[in-house]
Formats: sequence, C-alpha cells, structure tokens
Amino acid sequence: MTDIASSLSLGHFLALGAALFCISLAGIFLNRKNVIVLLMCIELMLLAVNINFVAFSRQLGDAAGQVFVFFILTVAAAEAAIGLAILVTLFRNRRTIDVADIDTLKG
Amino acid sequence: MDFPLLAFYAFAAAAVMSAVAVISVRNPVQAALFLVLTFFTVACTWILAGAEFLGIALVLVYVGAVMVLFLFVVMMLDIDIARIREGYVRYLPVGLLVAVVMLVEMLVLIGIRARSAVPFADNIAMATGVADLPNTTWLARALFTDFLLPFEVAAVILTIAVIAAVMLTLRRSVGTKHQDPAAQSRVRAGDRLRMVRMEAVRPVQPAAAPVEESKP
Repeated sequence: MTDIASSLSLGHFLALGAALFCISLAGIFLNRKNVIVLLMCIELMLLAVNINFVAFSRQLGDAAGQVFVFFILTVAAAEAAIGLAILVTLFRNRRTIDVADIDTLKG
Repeated sequence: MDFPLLAFYAFAAAAVMSAVAVISVRNPVQAALFLVLTFFTVACTWILAGAEFLGIALVLVYVGAVMVLFLFVVMMLDIDIARIREGYVRYLPVGLLVAVVMLVEMLVLIGIRARSAVPFADNIAMATGVADLPNTTWLARALFTDFLLPFEVAAVILTIAVIAAVMLTLRRSVGTKHQDPAAQSRVRAGDRLRMVRMEAVRPVQPAAAPVEESKP
C-alpha cells in the first residue's frame, strides 16, 4: 500500500478512467431529454476508455495502446460529426431534440 | 508523495469535478464548456504519464475541433431548456445508484490489482531499450510501420464522415438557382441557338393580318 501512495502507477489512471466512465454513465441516465448532452456523455465515455489505453501502454511499454487511442480519437471525431449532423436534421424536421418525442420507431 | 503524484491528484480532481458539471449544469453551452475543461485536464494527465503526442492531439482535435462543432450546433438549435430538465429529478436515484455501484466495483477491482503494481518506469523508451527516444518518434514508428493500413483506413473513415455529415445536412432550397457544371460543359450550340431561314425582306402581306413571328 505504501507503494501505491508514494508514486504514480497504473492504478491511479485506472481509477480516474473508472470515475469518468461512471460519471458519463450517470449522465446518460440523468439527461434523458437532451440528445446533445447524451452525445457529450458518449464522448466522455470514450475518453475514459482512452485513459485506460494510455495507462496500460505506459505500463507495458507497448506502442500499440497509444496507436489505438489515436484510432479511437479518429472514430470519435467521425461519430461526433455524423451525430451532430443527424441532430441538426432531426431538429429541422421535428423542432425538438427531446428523446421522449422521438418515438416514431416505437415497436 | 512526489510531485507528479500530487499533480496527478490535482488534475484528476479537476477532471472529475468538471465531468460532474458536464452532466449536471442546466445550460448545454455551459456543459460543452465544462467538457472542454474535462478534456484539457485529462490531456494534462496524459502528458504527465509520458504520452505527450496524444495529449497534444487531444487538445488540438477535441478542444479545437469537436467541441467547437458541439458549441456551434448547440447555439444553432433553439432549445427550450425548461422542458429539457423535466425528467431530471425522476431519473436521479436510479442513475446515481447504477453509477455509484459500478464505480465501487471498479475501484475495488483496481485496488486489489494495484497492491501488486509497480510504479511506472522512468521513461517509455526504457521498455524499448532505446534511450532518450521521444514519445512522438516512438509512436510514429509504430504507426507508420505496423499500423500503416489501419492508419489509411482511419483517413478513409474521416473522409466518409465528412461527406456523410455534409450530405445529411445539405438542403436544396426550392427557389434558388443552382449551376450544373456537367450540363454546362455538355451544352452544344444547337441547344442555345436555332438557325431560322427567313427572307431578308419582309414579304408584303395583302391584308392587315398580323405578321406571324418566327417562333422564339
């Protein structure tokens, strides 16, 4: 235990990633009405995953982890662009971004 | 406690607090700004961990591009904030419960594993055996040798995303006139100009009937 408290190690980064992941999960539960904040929470979740990748890459000395973070950043940027485009189209058609109102595909 | 650990605790506290602010503030613009703060502090922790390139890339790509995109969209949409906040209190207990239980589980798991953990090595390059290798060089060697094909695929994905985003939001207004370059370059003289053979002198009509014009 003294080892953990004395110097920066893998567990610190994993704890930070877990905390951010759970916060974004709570955000998805709480902001059921607002699609924009839902998108932000998904970005936050991807960031938490990236923290884990960076920490493990640093721990193992393997470059593949950081390369994978690079690709996750790419996909997250593409996802944000397309998601916001869908959001703009949705608002143009329905005049709302309330998730509860978007129930056309209700089974 | 050494200085990097203190700095990490400060950054982590700032990141967690700004992430909580993202999901709890009332205004979506403020949520986007707090998300910028979260990304920036996490980039600081990455730089602390020795991943300088990714930290800078996170600031450039996210704070510079994606968050500006978010802010633009938030400001373009005319959102009724009061209606959006209606279900907040109703979902508060279950959301907090799930999140807290998950966090406790993860932290217990990490805590058990961390008892046998060793602190980070002095430098990333030590693992590769090459002394004094910068993080960017280290990452670029892997990226452009082993991961060259995925790198190209990532570029294709970005291009497709840009085209898809433009096509989704493209709106052809009814009243406006558009140029069609294909039709412009395909046009021939016969489409615009019609040669009409007619007399140079108007023939004398016998009566006062109106002269029939040649068709336009």
